[in-house]
Amino acid sequence: MNWARKDLLGLEELSKEEIELILTTAESFKEVSSREIKKVPALRGKTVVNLFYEPSTRTRVSFEVAAKRLSADVINIATETSSVKKGETLIDTGKNIEALKADIIVIRHNYSGAAAMLARHVNLNVVNAGDGWHEHPTQALLDIFTLKEKLGRIEGLNVSIVGDIAHSRVARSNIWGLTKLGAKVTVCAPKILIPLGIEKMGARVTVDIDEALEKADAVNVLRMQFERDQNDAFPNQLEYFKQFGITQERLAKVKKDIIVMHPGPINRGIEIASEVADGRHSVILEQVTNGIAVRMAVLFLVAQANEPSL
Amino acid sequence: MNAGKTILIKNGRVIDPANNIDDTLHILVENGRVSKIGKNIKSEAQDIIDATDKIVMPGLVDMHVHLREPGREDKETIESGTKAALKGGVTTVLAMPNTLPAIDSPETAGLLKNIIRKTAMANVLMSGAITKARLGKELTDIAALKKQGVTAISDDGSSVDDPKLMLEAFKKAKQNKVLVCCHCEDKNLSQNGVVNLGFTSTKMGLRGISRESEYKRIERDIQLADKAKCPLHVCHVSCRESVEIIARAKRKGIKVTCETAPHYFSLSEEEVWGYDTNMKMNPPLRSKEDVESIRLGLKKGTIDAIASDHAPHTENDKDIEFERAEFGIIGLETELAVSITELVKTGLLDWSGLVRKNSFNPARILGLNKGNLGVNKDADIVIVDPDKKWIVSRETVVSKSKNSPFVGRELTGAVEYTIYSGEVVYRSAK
Repeated sequence: MNWARKDLLGLEELSKEEIELILTTAESFKEVSSREIKKVPALRGKTVVNLFYEPSTRTRVSFEVAAKRLSADVINIATETSSVKKGETLIDTGKNIEALKADIIVIRHNYSGAAAMLARHVNLNVVNAGDGWHEHPTQALLDIFTLKEKLGRIEGLNVSIVGDIAHSRVARSNIWGLTKLGAKVTVCAPKILIPLGIEKMGARVTVDIDEALEKADAVNVLRMQFERDQNDAFPNQLEYFKQFGITQERLAKVKKDIIVMHPGPINRGIEIASEVADGRHSVILEQVTNGIAVRMAVLFLVAQANEPSL
Repeated sequence: MNAGKTILIKNGRVIDPANNIDDTLHILVENGRVSKIGKNIKSEAQDIIDATDKIVMPGLVDMHVHLREPGREDKETIESGTKAALKGGVTTVLAMPNTLPAIDSPETAGLLKNIIRKTAMANVLMSGAITKARLGKELTDIAALKKQGVTAISDDGSSVDDPKLMLEAFKKAKQNKVLVCCHCEDKNLSQNGVVNLGFTSTKMGLRGISRESEYKRIERDIQLADKAKCPLHVCHVSCRESVEIIARAKRKGIKVTCETAPHYFSLSEEEVWGYDTNMKMNPPLRSKEDVESIRLGLKKGTIDAIASDHAPHTENDKDIEFERAEFGIIGLETELAVSITELVKTGLLDWSGLVRKNSFNPARILGLNKGNLGVNKDADIVIVDPDKKWIVSRETVVSKSKNSPFVGRELTGAVEYTIYSGEVVYRSAK
């Protein structure tokens, strides 16, 4: 099939075939990073602008490396969250970038729906690098890519996502992507962190971590952001680790080859024990490596959508 | 105000539930009032309107509009808002007091009254605030506001959290014979929500506004109003539980009336999934089941009135990130057509039912000599082509703001003439 979308805004709107196309494209790009000269000319002469309204190191660097390995020119714009209020609107910023004759905007924004809004107002390609609590499609794609690489398939897998589901764009994108490809997704968190109606997205809900791990082929551990919530019902760090932390003891009781993923940055001893993060189940660093290939695929595909068809 | 111009409206299908009329009749308008209604009226009228195959009904009475003046004249003015009203067949509006400054003192009410006197093109009724600066801390001088001519009081946009203060407001309102219009929302429950709580808020990654935040406050306000033996009007009902609670209160004989807005019986939460800020309003678009409950509430009579909650906003305040965008949409120019399309054409209400919701009932709730085409009543009349289809477009919007969720949609039923106080004040382009 051919890729026809100008933008990648989320996994919700993608078909199974579109997701598979990204994954197979990523497979062929993965090899580039192991070459002596890690570069292909696929996006030579194209300009990619990383427009980040939220602090991010790994996602921005990953997109930058991906774009450079495709021979694109990369410009990084980091904007403090607060400057949206005092200065230029997002739409104006987007139109200015368009006027610079850039080709692709990779946007990270603290407001849900910001990437979609930008995409409506500019003709260039927009790739969502995380918008509010809404979606983080490339993270989910690299999670899925890594799973598939490790286990050979997605269909029929049991994948549990553990942590702050309510505020997680990674969780949402993973639920959409995994369920479209036929995996069974369970989300697990303290009740206060499970958003209403998440079952309708296709996920099963449990508040029992051992139950969530019991049948899991993989567990995706989300970073806990304790600084975010002042609510009394919110557990403290130690309590959370006791109840939901991914530890060797817990993993000893479940499928022996369970895969442990984490989108990073990890909080050792809070949501994941150090020995698990560094242990044989962990694919955390492979996820980082695969992120390059997946983002190369995404940049390549959206850029292609603009080429006049023959 | 009238030079005694006479208008004869011939052969229209006159819908006037106040007088049990649904018949092809002539109406003669003289001196700003209905002077005759009947089968054969001989007249030397200066203006003759052939209304064959048209619906002739009393002008709409819209109990809930934001005209933004004073303070936000960039969004709307009394003049532009009433012009939009006339285009939509609305001849009377109740203006909400959340202006800048708020209508919370006899001085600001006097200022507003003066602007209305000078610039209004339709009948504008004032509502004063319940509390000073609408902060929910200290009651306004309701007697003094009444003296300046306010018809109602409301802290629209907010609800008075303190039950003691609200009870006091009901008592004062009863003494002064002003209607209390309640925006029912417990902000401790709705927090900083922006869309319907549930699947919609979850999948969009946005904070949700629960139905509970609405109906729990309706429940409380009904109790307080009942205690004070003061009539209560509930604004913009949007969900199933609210309809049920109000129906129950009515059965008990409590004096409660309520309105809904066209978007709550025509649009559901799915519309907001694309982050279209013209689908962002408070209360938010609810589920399909809620929409069905609102429609049934209209049919069964639990919901008395349809009001637009016309809330104009500039593009600067709307065309931004969803969470930052203002709540509210314009509605004066589409409320009649949306009502016809969604309620009459679907068979949910007949024409008399529609006129009750859009004109007769709100006039009655507000105690006006309107919503009625009886002899000697105010000649506020709309003539509607019931079958004409039209597409809402930004370019034809008269309001200063263009934030309509109906842009691009086809509606049935178009206003051909609006007559206000016995004068033709709007005529559609043929």
